Amino acid sequence: MGIQRGSIYALVAIGFNMIYNSTGIINFAQGEFVVLGGLMMVTLTMNLSLSMPFAFLLSVLFVTIVGFLMERLTINPVREPTVLRLIIITIAVSILLKGLAMCIWGKGSLYMRQFTQTGPIEFFGATIMPQTLWIIGILAAVVSAYILFFNFTLTGKCMRACSINRDSARLCGINDRLMVMLSFALSAGIGAVAGIIITPIIQMDYGRGALLGLKGFGAAVLGGLGNSGGAVVAGLLIGILEAMSGGYISSHYMDAIALIVMLFVLFVRPGGIFGKSEEIRLKEF
Amino acid sequence: MLRLVNVNSNYGLVHVLKNVSLHVGKGEVVTIIGANGAGKTTTLRAISGLQPVAEGQIYLDGKDITGIAAQKLVAMGVAHVPEGRQIFAPMSVHDNLELGGLQVYRRFGRKQLKCEIESMFERFEVLRDRQNQYAGTLSGGEQQMLALAMALMSRPRLLLLDEPSMGLAPLIVKEIFRIIEELQSENGLTVLLIEQNANAALKISDRGYVLETGRIVLEADAEKLLSNPEVKRAYLGREQREIWE
Repeated sequence: MGIQRGSIYALVAIGFNMIYNSTGIINFAQGEFVVLGGLMMVTLTMNLSLSMPFAFLLSVLFVTIVGFLMERLTINPVREPTVLRLIIITIAVSILLKGLAMCIWGKGSLYMRQFTQTGPIEFFGATIMPQTLWIIGILAAVVSAYILFFNFTLTGKCMRACSINRDSARLCGINDRLMVMLSFALSAGIGAVAGIIITPIIQMDYGRGALLGLKGFGAAVLGGLGNSGGAVVAGLLIGILEAMSGGYISSHYMDAIALIVMLFVLFVRPGGIFGKSEEIRLKEF
Repeated sequence: MLRLVNVNSNYGLVHVLKNVSLHVGKGEVVTIIGANGAGKTTTLRAISGLQPVAEGQIYLDGKDITGIAAQKLVAMGVAHVPEGRQIFAPMSVHDNLELGGLQVYRRFGRKQLKCEIESMFERFEVLRDRQNQYAGTLSGGEQQMLALAMALMSRPRLLLLDEPSMGLAPLIVKEIFRIIEELQSENGLTVLLIEQNANAALKISDRGYVLETGRIVLEADAEKLLSNPEVKRAYLGREQREIWE
């Protein structure tokens, strides 16, 4: 249970990092991308009864376009982009998207069947839902694709270059605005993947974005903002911690405990577990 | 080749460049000298499109390039090596060169890019040995070589160099100036140079400008500047040494 949620937080955190690296802002609409992905998937599979893989691709594509439009319509036209302005814009977009989702999909939570219809699997005395394996597998696939993209393709290197030193990147001929757009689209896509794979377990509704986004943000901060390897570990850690505290203490305090741990880490190590303290001093917040 | 006409530029409310006009002919090496804060770096940033120009025009080969974004100017043959070795430190030397050669890749594809990187390695042998190292782990001199190589990867016609000798050992400074001279004589590259080390820079230059608090106050052949008592006193520090002796 912990690993499932943890994987989702990890994916959300990767999305946060991607946009943070390219623009230096936190995109508070990241949680909404997750919700939209999940809701779209429900519609496509349960109502339109498309096949799972096809619906998966279509939902990711849909949310990627939403991310693309968000950047083009709300981030790109800003005349003097400051960190604070852009962050407030993302909050506005998140409220807008939440409202739209409520109008389209209603207020109730939507059910979706699991990806494969086999029973639980016994594994060293633990009972595992097949969906958990799907989640872990897809997390691994996304993370590997992410690593391959940023280390071995020229476009990925351009995006990294842009986040390391924007002026130098422009002097190499990299269009920084284009990279920002790309990072929004990609992080929306990753958010959608997270939403799609978790929906069969938690039943998606329009209002879940805030909490999912917050936990994902927690994972991103815990792992050191901008550090995606750290984000995956921290995401899994938060997920497991949550499940453990749900089991050992009380499920009422599940959400709180993860956040308390996050706060504690920030008091002691503001750079996150894997962040470098020198690095954090140079960042804007 | 390059002509600035009454260029003005501000940082917020601070008026940094005041009616700066200068020109650089094809194949020339021109040096701008001036004290800290005189606006030398800003001049280069304005030319390469990183710094917005408030007033005035910049022409490249007679074409008005004022206000064209930096990333587009690279394709037009302007390469800028910014101050302080602005390489991509957490990436490998090879990746840095690849990014520097983005223009080559866009126009001629991956194969040509590989060839270009190979020819850079021939010019800068040190970089070949270190191609898989993180750029940030190189020594200062090597980083400057890398920054220069990255700029050259874009096949520039005009090279803007901002303090290439800053914080480097004299031997490496010599090597860098040798390379600049070589590029100019072999490839007919046009160079606009900013230097604190005015002496060394003027020696390889054809002409020089003196920039003072955002204004061009003097323009002359490099040799004349080297022997100008006013310039000597302010920027070359020779007279002072004579006093000491």
